[in-house]
Amino acid sequence: MRTAVSSAWHTLNRPSRYFSIGFLTIGGFIAGVVFWGGFNTALEATNTEAFCISCHEMQANPYQELKPTIHYTNRSGVRATCPDCHVPHEWTNKIARKMEASKEVWGAVFGTINTREKYLAKRKTLAQREWTRLKANDSLECRNCHDFEYMDFTRQSKRAEQSHSTILASGEMTCIDCHKGIAHELPDMRGIDLGAPNSDTR
Amino acid sequence: MKIGLVLLLMLSSGLMAQTSMDSIATLRGDMPIAEQAAAPRMEQVENFDVKRQRSYPMQPPTVPHKIDGYQVDLNQNRCLTCHSRRVTEVSQAPMVSVTHYMDREGNFLAEVSPRRYFCNQCHVPLTAARPQVGNDFQDMDTLLNSTQ
Ligand code: HEC
Ligand code: HEC
Ligand code: HEC
Ligand code: HEC
Ligand code: HEC
Repeated sequence: MRTAVSSAWHTLNRPSRYFSIGFLTIGGFIAGVVFWGGFNTALEATNTEAFCISCHEMQANPYQELKPTIHYTNRSGVRATCPDCHVPHEWTNKIARKMEASKEVWGAVFGTINTREKYLAKRKTLAQREWTRLKANDSLECRNCHDFEYMDFTRQSKRAEQSHSTILASGEMTCIDCHKGIAHELPDMRGIDLGAPNSDTR
Repeated sequence: MKIGLVLLLMLSSGLMAQTSMDSIATLRGDMPIAEQAAAPRMEQVENFDVKRQRSYPMQPPTVPHKIDGYQVDLNQNRCLTCHSRRVTEVSQAPMVSVTHYMDREGNFLAEVSPRRYFCNQCHVPLTAARPQVGNDFQDMDTLLNSTQ
């Protein structure tokens, strides 16, 4: 065993006898590109809506709920897909979110939300995770498409303008503070702020 | 004899159905039963944020803004996130009036009465659609003025 290891090490450690250094560098570089590309391709493949809803839980619940909303069909035909709102664009954040998502795959395999009832029971926890994330990153995913800089208040409704030009503009609140439940149905909202401080539904 | 009566009845009811088909205006218009009319254009909801006049004091005001996707169910009442007493300072929306806190005996409750929870039973947004049937409603002021 020991000898096998040391002989293998020797082989690796020996200067190359047949290949030029140039070949090795370029070859290594190409191999690197291929592996890196492959990794990112796999990453991209998991970054599509088709992948998200290949999982029954996501197809039957959030996807069905997204369909009647403005982020699925609208007059301009621009769509938001699951990863648009749920996966950060920046690479490191993306990897972090993917590691987190592995836990969700675990959940799917072991059926923690495999019926509508279980999903509804879990919804508040899951939703709260998304709200915390979007609150912490100042609704980054929303802003990837909706840039405050380019919002023309004169073209918005009065109610929208009133909120956007004050509380949003001052940075007091961010999109997700006021726009919860734009893509899916909401869980029991008792005790959760919806736009106005101290709001409850009474 | 009996059979003849039944036949007569069947015939006459058939005739009656025929005549009523011709004279009663239906939503189908002139369209034969077997055919499908082209659907009329869907009208846009008016979203101008301007309160509309009420035709009589007890009328539930129509909603002057769009309400697309506003969830009103056991889990949440989107309308009350702007119209409830505690949030109107921030939302600048009119507060639901005190009648919304009353039960049917006229007692004032601490929170919106269950019978006023489903807002869209009484309050609806309007579209720019032209009315399908005419309406000659006159409000009280018009009536009073015309008799003077
Ligand atoms: C992929 C791009 C994209 C992303 C990401 C996105 N949106 Fe949108 N959003 C749109 C489009 C497109 C429309 C519809 C525009 C139209 O046709 O009026 C829209 C419409 C809206 C509306 C208007 C609803 C209405 O009834 O008029 C709101 C509110 C909104 N988005 C909030 C959000 C929030 C909050 C987020 C983040 C959680 C978000 N959006 C993420 C593209 C996006
Ligand atoms: C203080 C609360 C508040 C915040 C924060 C907020 N909004 Fe809004 N927004 C509203 C209100 C109120 C409306 C109008 C009512 C509605 O559409 O339900 C609105 C409407 C909209 C609309 C539709 C515009 C129209 O003319 O109807 C879009 C798009 C939108 N918001 C996007 C965003 C985005 C993106 C952010 C974050 C950058 C954001 N909002 C932050 C309160 C807010
Ligand atoms: C426009 C942005 C947007 C899109 C598109 C979107 N989501 Fe969401 N999603 C959210 C937000 C915001 C939340 C937080 C809860 C809420 O406000 O409804 C959420 C919550 C969730 C949750 C937690 C449980 C729940 O219902 O709240 C799941 C699971 C989820 N989304 C899956 C998906 C899947 C799968 C898709 C694609 C079919 C998708 N989402 C598309 C914005 C979006
Ligand atoms: C984002 C905050 C907001 C939400 C949510 C909201 N409203 Fe309003 N509503 C307003 C504001 C502000 C006004 C004042 C006129 C305007 O700006 O549109 C108003 C006006 C009204 C009026 C007219 C009152 C009058 O005296 O003429 C009615 C009725 C109404 N809303 C009903 C509803 C119903 C029903 C819902 C839920 C389906 C709802 N609103 C959801 C903000 C809101
Ligand atoms: C059973 C019918 C009914 C239901 C349900 C109902 N309303 Fe009303 N609403 C009325 C009537 C009638 C008026 C006008 C007379 C009055 O103020 O009582 C009114 C008035 C209002 C006004 C104007 C108040 C003012 O002082 O100008 C608002 C805003 C309003 N309702 C919002 C709501 C909201 C939000 C809900 C849901 C939580 C709701 N209503 C449910 C019948 C109803």
